[in-house]
Amino acid sequence: MVPIAYYLVLSAILFSIGVAAFLIKRNIITVFMSIELMLNAVNLAFIAFSRQWSQVTGHLQVNGQIFVFFVMVVAAAEAAVGLAIIISIFRARNTLNVDSIDLMKL
Amino acid sequence: MTSDLHLWLIPLVPFAGFMVNGLLGRRFPKGLVTAVALVASLTPLLQVAAIVTKFSSLSLPHVEDLGTWIRAGAFHADFSFQLDQLTLVMLCVVTGVGFLIHIYSAGYMAEEEGYWRFFAYMNLFLFFMLTLVLAENFLLMFVGWEGVGLASYLLIGFWYTRDSAANAGKKAFIVNRIGDFGVLVAMFLLIAHFGTLSFGGVFSQIGSHPAWQGGFLTTIALFLLLGATGKSAQIPLYVWLPDAMEGPTPVSALIHAATMVTAGVYMIARAHVIFDRSSFALGAVAMIGVATAVFAATIAIVQTDIKRVLAYSTISQLGYMFLGCGVVAYSAGIFHLVTHAFFKALLFLAAGSVIHALSGQQDMRAMGGLRTKIPVTFWTMTAAVFAISGLPPLAGFVSKDEILYQAFISPNGGKILWAIGLVTAGLTSFYMFRLWYMTFFGQSRAAAAHHEEDLAAVHARSNTKLVLEAEAHASGIHESPLVMLGPLVVLAVLSIVGGWIGWPEGLGGNNWFAHFLEPAVTTTHVPYEQTAVALAAGAAKMPKTSPAQNGHVELLLALCSVLTALAGWFIAHLLYFARPELPAKIAVRLRALYAVLSRKYWIDELYGVMIVTPVLFLARWVLGVLVERGIIDGGTLTAGYATQGLGALVARIQSGNIRSYAGWLALFGAILLAVSYFGWTTHLLAR
Repeated sequence: MVPIAYYLVLSAILFSIGVAAFLIKRNIITVFMSIELMLNAVNLAFIAFSRQWSQVTGHLQVNGQIFVFFVMVVAAAEAAVGLAIIISIFRARNTLNVDSIDLMKL
Repeated sequence: MTSDLHLWLIPLVPFAGFMVNGLLGRRFPKGLVTAVALVASLTPLLQVAAIVTKFSSLSLPHVEDLGTWIRAGAFHADFSFQLDQLTLVMLCVVTGVGFLIHIYSAGYMAEEEGYWRFFAYMNLFLFFMLTLVLAENFLLMFVGWEGVGLASYLLIGFWYTRDSAANAGKKAFIVNRIGDFGVLVAMFLLIAHFGTLSFGGVFSQIGSHPAWQGGFLTTIALFLLLGATGKSAQIPLYVWLPDAMEGPTPVSALIHAATMVTAGVYMIARAHVIFDRSSFALGAVAMIGVATAVFAATIAIVQTDIKRVLAYSTISQLGYMFLGCGVVAYSAGIFHLVTHAFFKALLFLAAGSVIHALSGQQDMRAMGGLRTKIPVTFWTMTAAVFAISGLPPLAGFVSKDEILYQAFISPNGGKILWAIGLVTAGLTSFYMFRLWYMTFFGQSRAAAAHHEEDLAAVHARSNTKLVLEAEAHASGIHESPLVMLGPLVVLAVLSIVGGWIGWPEGLGGNNWFAHFLEPAVTTTHVPYEQTAVALAAGAAKMPKTSPAQNGHVELLLALCSVLTALAGWFIAHLLYFARPELPAKIAVRLRALYAVLSRKYWIDELYGVMIVTPVLFLARWVLGVLVERGIIDGGTLTAGYATQGLGALVARIQSGNIRSYAGWLALFGAILLAVSYFGWTTHLLAR
């Protein structure tokens, strides 16, 4: 039986990698992937806690797993919309560098 | 209220005229404007005439209440009008003289650009003046009081493109505000002491408390007197009236000679119940009156502008009216008000006719020899000059003599008041005959050589009508049209016979006017003589108990007045007719005195230094720069700039760079996480 701490540490590492990539990378596609990475880190934590809670209470607890499904659905929708935005930005500005996309600046 | 006279209609008809001409007059043809204005001023005259016919059958005072205007707790002020003898006299003067001057204006202002505006203002003036004299409480009277001030301001500044006229209007308005302040304070005191402002309420309360003498009644009376000095151009607030001559001449005649400026006299007579209880206030009224009379008369003798002579003469004559009121001879004061309205309106209108004839020339030094050229103006003016100079049997003699006689027999230095009044009468006679001789006799000084200058001066005054006139009549001096001469003749007749209604008993008359007015200006509730303080002043009533004894005194005094008037005439004749080179020599000999008089005692300059400059300084620097720009503007500007600066600072966070947003998010997320796990700093360090 793998202790829950292992899963959590893995989840934290994945999340940190995601945050770091989000901050460092300039390509929108890579930034997008790092967001996915953070979401999956969270999913992993959800699953781990779901298992842990089932063991503690003695019968199956699915709340965390249902949350994971929600996250995956939202992530899928986000991917669809986000990629469409990325394509239209690329068509309009011919670049995928986030630093040059600052139209909303004051 | 058995018989309803519809008193409210009297002021309302001129108001309707004002509305029609004021709103639509610009598009009306001239004839329609004239028709509206004349109908609006004739209707009240006819209504007053109708009231006169059934006046004897009324129970006086006749009060008509139209409803409540202001209600606050127990206090209420109503739209109520009152008619008594005093009101009736004022109504006759205002509507009668007002209508005549409306007719005259139709001729005088015929070529003027703002013809409709002029008549709208004139009707507005009539509305407020009639409200003033008809009001049954102090508040409604105050509405009229303020309103005539407004109309006066509008009409003085009628030629508003001319700086001097605009400034004169402002001066009149502002000086009057000082007086209005007095009336306001007096009204507050009345409310505080009596809980009402209605004449009947206040006077009956005073009447039922014979113990009230002086004290707060003196205070109220003095504040009312302040208001009266403002409106009636008495010392110390007379300075606006000479400048008010900037307005058109009919305005000077109607507002600044016959009616509005007498409002102060009317108010004192109306509030005589209050003044009767304060010998101090009465003394102040008499002193101010007589001082103003002689003061203004001395200035008048050296003025060269024909209208300014008349303006100072008006101030002086108003001083006589105050003197009459101050010696408890209200009927004499009001009588002089009536006769003065006739002959002073006539003087102004005739002066207007002279100015008209000379195409805008107002300087008497450029007149002369007009007797044969404008005969009707000359003869009517002559009637007015003889009347104001106090030559019998004209109107001015009767009323002025009555005042002087009442002053003479009043206790508390009445002889001195009489003596000063007599000197003033001599001065009056002198300056009026001076005007008469300078204008109508001798060589014509309106030489063709000066014509260019005159024209330039007229142009400078931007009086369009007069410019046209001046160009049209480049050569000839011409008599005024009939529409202007008609009112002159009517007023001349009134100036001659108007005094006969009050021919004094001492001279074989029956003094009908004084007896008619007696019920309205005598305290009836508690006889005035009964109280201790009043005893001294009560001696003023003596002549009424023994007219026969005082007949000789009155005759003697009348003789004195006539001789003084003749002396004034003689000196004027000597200086300005027989030996016209003398005045210049005398002016050189008495250089200092001449300078003092011709500069009007430097009162305007004195007020300028003492009041106007400090007020302007306060307004410009303390209120303007310190308070307005420093505190108010500074405060709001500081708040605005601070917000803007803070915003500019915080706006730098919104860089538009997604990664910087994410960085801030991550940083603060991490801090939040650390704090929630480790707690605040101390714990973190303690660990």
